Amino acid sequence: MSATSAAIASTPTASPVPLSKKALTGDHPTWCPGCGDFAVLAAYYRVLEKLQYPQEKIVTLAGIGCSSRFPYFVNTHGVHYIHGRSLPFAAGVSLSDDELHVFAFGGDGDGFSIGGNHLVHTARQNVRLTYVIMDNFVYGLTKKQTSPTSPVGFKTKTDPTGSVDQPVNPMRTLVNSGATFVARSHATQVSHMIEMIERAARHDGFSVVEILSECVEFYPGAFDAGNPRKGGQFRLIEEKKGDGSPEDALRHDPSDELSAYRLASQPWPGLFGVFYEAKRPTKNQLEVGLISKAREKTKGASDLALLQSSLARMR
Amino acid sequence: MVIRLAGDSQDGIQTVGSFLARFAGRSDQDVMTYMTIPSTISGGPSIFQVRMGTGDILTAGDHADYLVAFYQHSYDSHIHSLKPGGVLLYDSDHVTPDPNDKRFTAIGVPITSCTVEAVGGAGKEKGKNIFVLGLLARIFELDVEKLTAIVKERFGSRSEDIVRNALLAFDAGYAYSAEDLRDSLRRFDSAGQAPSSRPQVTMDGNTAITYGLIAAGVRRGAGYPITPWSTVMELLRTELPKYGGIFVQAEDELAAIAYALGFAHAGHLSVTGSSGPGLSLKAEALGWAVMAEMPLIVVNVQRGGPSTGLPTNVEQSDLMQAIYGSHGDAPRVVLAPKNVEECFHVALEAGRIAREFSTPVIILTDQALATRIEAFDEPDLPAIIVDPKDLSAGRGQGDFKPYPLDRMTRHAPAGVRVATGRYPTVTGLEHDELGHPTANPALHAKMTAKRREKIKAVAAALPPTPVFGEPDGEVLLVGWGSTWGPIREAVTLLNAGGIRTGQIHLRHLNPLPQGLEEIFGRYRAILVVEMNDEGLYGLGQLATVLRARYALPSIRSITKTDGLTFKISEIVSAVKSRIPSGAKTA
Repeated sequence: MSATSAAIASTPTASPVPLSKKALTGDHPTWCPGCGDFAVLAAYYRVLEKLQYPQEKIVTLAGIGCSSRFPYFVNTHGVHYIHGRSLPFAAGVSLSDDELHVFAFGGDGDGFSIGGNHLVHTARQNVRLTYVIMDNFVYGLTKKQTSPTSPVGFKTKTDPTGSVDQPVNPMRTLVNSGATFVARSHATQVSHMIEMIERAARHDGFSVVEILSECVEFYPGAFDAGNPRKGGQFRLIEEKKGDGSPEDALRHDPSDELSAYRLASQPWPGLFGVFYEAKRPTKNQLEVGLISKAREKTKGASDLALLQSSLARMR
Repeated sequence: MVIRLAGDSQDGIQTVGSFLARFAGRSDQDVMTYMTIPSTISGGPSIFQVRMGTGDILTAGDHADYLVAFYQHSYDSHIHSLKPGGVLLYDSDHVTPDPNDKRFTAIGVPITSCTVEAVGGAGKEKGKNIFVLGLLARIFELDVEKLTAIVKERFGSRSEDIVRNALLAFDAGYAYSAEDLRDSLRRFDSAGQAPSSRPQVTMDGNTAITYGLIAAGVRRGAGYPITPWSTVMELLRTELPKYGGIFVQAEDELAAIAYALGFAHAGHLSVTGSSGPGLSLKAEALGWAVMAEMPLIVVNVQRGGPSTGLPTNVEQSDLMQAIYGSHGDAPRVVLAPKNVEECFHVALEAGRIAREFSTPVIILTDQALATRIEAFDEPDLPAIIVDPKDLSAGRGQGDFKPYPLDRMTRHAPAGVRVATGRYPTVTGLEHDELGHPTANPALHAKMTAKRREKIKAVAAALPPTPVFGEPDGEVLLVGWGSTWGPIREAVTLLNAGGIRTGQIHLRHLNPLPQGLEEIFGRYRAILVVEMNDEGLYGLGQLATVLRARYALPSIRSITKTDGLTFKISEIVSAVKSRIPSGAKTA
């Protein structure tokens, strides 16, 4: 079922030249100078260079927002879809062809507000794809309104006296929804970002990386508390190594959901790294399972024979 | 011959009705059914009407020759639908008919107690419907072997007990002494009918759409449950895996169309669908599909009313939404099947147009078609089945551009290597030929024209519109969708009554087929018959479109908004009231 004619047509002519940043560069980004998203883009190029997927097998998707301009800046198959709905679109692409590597990008408004329902359900279904959320705690493209991650008291054009609603806790939401890889990074920590996105890409399931990515225009300094160069602390999650040492007992087991909750509930600026990682059958596998079961019953009959027998039953 | 079964929905009236319909189909009888279901989870009054006979049957019939009443409320509500001289068959355990009403032959049978006695055990009046089937088989001398085979097929996948109980109930009904009754009844005569060259298949409209989609090469899709669309998605979910396909039940309507577009982006012909409220939710994504020029089939099984409206009634009030329901200029193709058979073939046509013109195609069907059962010639599958594997072959070659201004868009699906090495971004932003965002004024005008012209090009390839009835004269009745049957019968009646009447029925609603102006010019009055409101200006939705397109004052409307299908008599009297009394034969 996965072997679409598309895949067949492209495989023999796959390029022997390694996939480089040069080949992956698309349009020049339209972001403001100093925007955190530049670093995320650079990290994505680097991850793709490391993973060396065939270029035509990479799909870069996004919804609407500053960060969602991402697909234009990457020379892969791209989709710039509508606000908040990139995940079910990406899921459709993922369920179409086993050989595709699907990456969706977006911001906090796209992911946690208008697209919140899709985030929960894509996580629950565990569709194989990677979602990178560039969280800047503010609506930037529409010029400074309160976002679902804006901290209480943050002054915006829609909350001139300060935001009053409790913000979303992305890590807790994702773990609770059933995402099978949940990580957090910071756009100023490039090597960490690369490591997180690469692990997410290699994960067999729905993987999410939230990256704190500063909006220099509307929320400057938002993430300084997590940036050592601005006097903050970039505290990493120490994952269990399984070496049996006494200090290992204190380290975080990413498959431990309760431990993940505890880490996700740390005070601002919180921790960075992998909060949760689990193995659970993907929707991709489960659907293939349904197909194999159905095909077993029909003994691999041709489409024509199947349809003919269905109609014959209605004679 | 029209039989109306009236009872409660949990009594399995639909089951018996569908058995009769299938039986008629297998006996080379033409058949058409009509049903109402209450919009409650279980229970509530329900009817199922079956019309069987030889020759083309076009409607489920205005009035019944036979009424089977299970309850007093069934009798009270439906006795008016029985023709004078008709036969009332009632459950004497529950119904007391008016003894002074001498218009009908009334026959009481203790249906409930007979069923309980036959099947045995507590609460076994469940087989009442099958008992009645047996009774009808006896009265009309139906082929018992054929009927019991259908019963076994239906219940065979459940337990043996269920099959046995069903057959016990059937036999009890068949054995019930109805000798006196039979003499006074017409016979259901299946002899003397010329067998059709192809075998007949019997199914409802939603089933026909589903198998039509599979024949069209659809192997991916997504939906969200809503009445009356749900049975299409249920069937696709169980059928597509057999073909190596996937149908996803999404978390909401917006996700469903997003999934479907994701499948399309990866090179699949895919489908989503819903009923009115769901289409409203999908509207933004549909506009994206127009802008991004993605092939997609969208089914709307229309129901009644704005908002939640009348979920289990019929209306044709989503036409404007189908044609225009988007922000911005977002032209798309809209098709409507006229009967169950066309549900199958319209699905194939939608697939062909979606691929050839790289556009979303909306199929507008409705609640009446969705649940109506008809028999029709089995489609010639080897001749029409579409190979789903062809869809992305040869894409992305040469100087590939996703949005060329001088050619039809032919997307390179995800996974396809693009020869130029420049990979496309499919987008809802206005874009240049390569898919880069641009607000260039001249380019927006050119791209808008591109999206418009390709939809116009669909019209150029359509066959001429056939006219039924008189080729010129007093009245042309124009319809679309499920009203085809009653309009056709009205045309025959009007012509017999001396009013020269013709009929055209539009399957292509956007774009309209060419040549309608010439047809309109041959009649004094153009009356557009549709199940929606006359609106602020006295014109129904298709009538408004036709007025705008042809600017003819002779175009007027016959509309209705009671949530029920048109009766032939309603159309005939509406036509008569709209033409000058002196105007008869030209």
